[in-house]
Amino acid sequence: MLAELATRLAAVGRRKLGRSLSIREVDAGSCNGCELEIHALNNVYYDVERFGLRFVASPRHADVLMVTGPVTHNMRQALERTYHATPDPKWVVAVGDCGFNGGVFAGSYACVGGVSAVLPVDLHIRGCPPTPIALLQGLIALVESCSEGR
Amino acid sequence: MDIKEDLRERATVVETQRPWSRFAVDADGWRRSILAAAQGSATMVGLWSDGGAIYMALAEEPASELVVVSLACPDAHFPSVALSHAPAQRLERAIADLYGLVPDESPDTRPWLDHGRWGLSHPLGQHQAVAGEGAPYAFRAAEGAPLHQIPVGPVHAGIIEPGHFRFAANGETIVRLEARLGYVHKGIEALMAGAPLAEACHLAARVSGDSTVAYATAFARAVEAALGISVPERAHWLRAIMAELERLANHFGDIGAICNDASFSLMHAHCGALRERVLRCSGSLFGHRLMMDMVVPGGLARDLDHDGERHLTALLADIRLHFPPLVRLYDSTATLQDRTVTTGIVKAELVRQYGAGGFVGRASGRAFDARRSPGYAPYLALDLDIPVRHEGDVDARVRVRMDEVDQSLSIIEQCLGRLTREPVRTDLAPGRLAAESREGIALVEGFRGDILVWVRIASDGTVACCHLRDPSWFQWPLLEAAIEGNIVADFPLCNKSFNCSYAGHDL
Repeated sequence: MLAELATRLAAVGRRKLGRSLSIREVDAGSCNGCELEIHALNNVYYDVERFGLRFVASPRHADVLMVTGPVTHNMRQALERTYHATPDPKWVVAVGDCGFNGGVFAGSYACVGGVSAVLPVDLHIRGCPPTPIALLQGLIALVESCSEGR
Repeated sequence: MDIKEDLRERATVVETQRPWSRFAVDADGWRRSILAAAQGSATMVGLWSDGGAIYMALAEEPASELVVVSLACPDAHFPSVALSHAPAQRLERAIADLYGLVPDESPDTRPWLDHGRWGLSHPLGQHQAVAGEGAPYAFRAAEGAPLHQIPVGPVHAGIIEPGHFRFAANGETIVRLEARLGYVHKGIEALMAGAPLAEACHLAARVSGDSTVAYATAFARAVEAALGISVPERAHWLRAIMAELERLANHFGDIGAICNDASFSLMHAHCGALRERVLRCSGSLFGHRLMMDMVVPGGLARDLDHDGERHLTALLADIRLHFPPLVRLYDSTATLQDRTVTTGIVKAELVRQYGAGGFVGRASGRAFDARRSPGYAPYLALDLDIPVRHEGDVDARVRVRMDEVDQSLSIIEQCLGRLTREPVRTDLAPGRLAAESREGIALVEGFRGDILVWVRIASDGTVACCHLRDPSWFQWPLLEAAIEGNIVADFPLCNKSFNCSYAGHDL
């Protein structure tokens, strides 16, 4: 499974991205479950950096914002600022069931809702949390669909 | 128990709370309880509200039980605990934010979880619509010619949770750190109120994703205590196996990450691989890598099959083969220890005062572990050592966790040897519900420390009120103390060695 995904990603990544896609992760209200699995993408089993997928420390360096959590009211402004600090062209990936529609926290006074309530979302990766394999599949789908610019 | 004897004479026992007594006290009794915590004759392990009253949980160590005292607040005021006992400060500020209860003479009246962005005040009390544009926050001043401020967050450089750190530094040396949290406040207590048990259990399992088993177990135990349900023995053994798998996964991940923050990525790579193997094993045994939603009131949502036991035995052997060389690598790498030894020291006195649990407490001499004291099934029937160190630095916190890995392996092995053959779940038949509301309380040891859950179940079987207190409430403030006098560059290292929860704290 992993090997098959890796081959696909390597081929498409080289063609479309010139082997580089920089991802800035933003926790906008998550329980931290999604972060744990996103972290796993960097361990030696998945090692996404070998495909040119890199998690970067600043939105200024990012092509993709990977956003988790129901967006809380207390994080909304920080998320918006991070988005505006990311240069175009950029893509937003909402991770997790909470990022999709607020999940079990939907309807709370403290939550805005899913990521798409605040930012334009290009791709949702569902799951509570999504497994590293599901995250990889999602990233491949994103890479495959983002043709020259937007 | 001294406090309990004292309360028996002066206060009314509230019979609806299980398994530990609750005493309804007057203002005088409340002040006596504050005094017990402030003088150190008891440890405050929780402070919360349901809107109508304020509750404090106390433990006299070594504790075989907790004592809860409650003070009715008909005029929405109560005597401040924080005035005499600093560890209560942030809890009191959170209560004021959420319920609108005012701690009289509180030393810190700044909002804590409420950033002025909810569009309403006191969401769990008498709420009113207010502007939601955010309010400025007055950080504590640190002034003087050579000092400069470094604001960090809420969005951090790594794949971590959001929070704001405000450093006042003199050159590279940190003079003061003040954290501002609450960014991931999701309103969990409000979502809990009125929720059916199954839904509330899903919420409890998502308070802090890294501790999902511990939170679900604490919630389930509180519910089971309230309703007087006994869980099949097999479920207890399996809950312990899951809890220890969770502890192993987190310890591996964090030991590696701490070393990585000291630029020793080799440990990070190896520990990351061990963590992944634990998660994969958990995933294949229970259908979920983090084992979310497996622990439910009444027992477990899923059983372990015979094959599962074999996989677990293989995992234990794998870890026993690969982890000891990593400990030796840590031991023999002087450049790594140069960073961890004597960095970020927490004093024993502070740990005791704050009742800091987990490896933060145990690395500074506080031999507290909820699995042992007050203790709960099945741990009371198991051999379990509590590793303790006294140095209180990053190194001690790492070493306590390394020792805890051995303990977790031994616990899983002991549990596997005693697995009984029986169902893993007791039905929560409606007949078990009482005509009146019931209260339950539980203290469960997550990887980070003791998690307190208090729940009131309404007569219709829904959750009337639930409070979940993360261990981080009593650890975050100590990080601020630990970092003083250290260099800015060592903050990530110190922070990771605490690994406090943002989500669990912010609720």
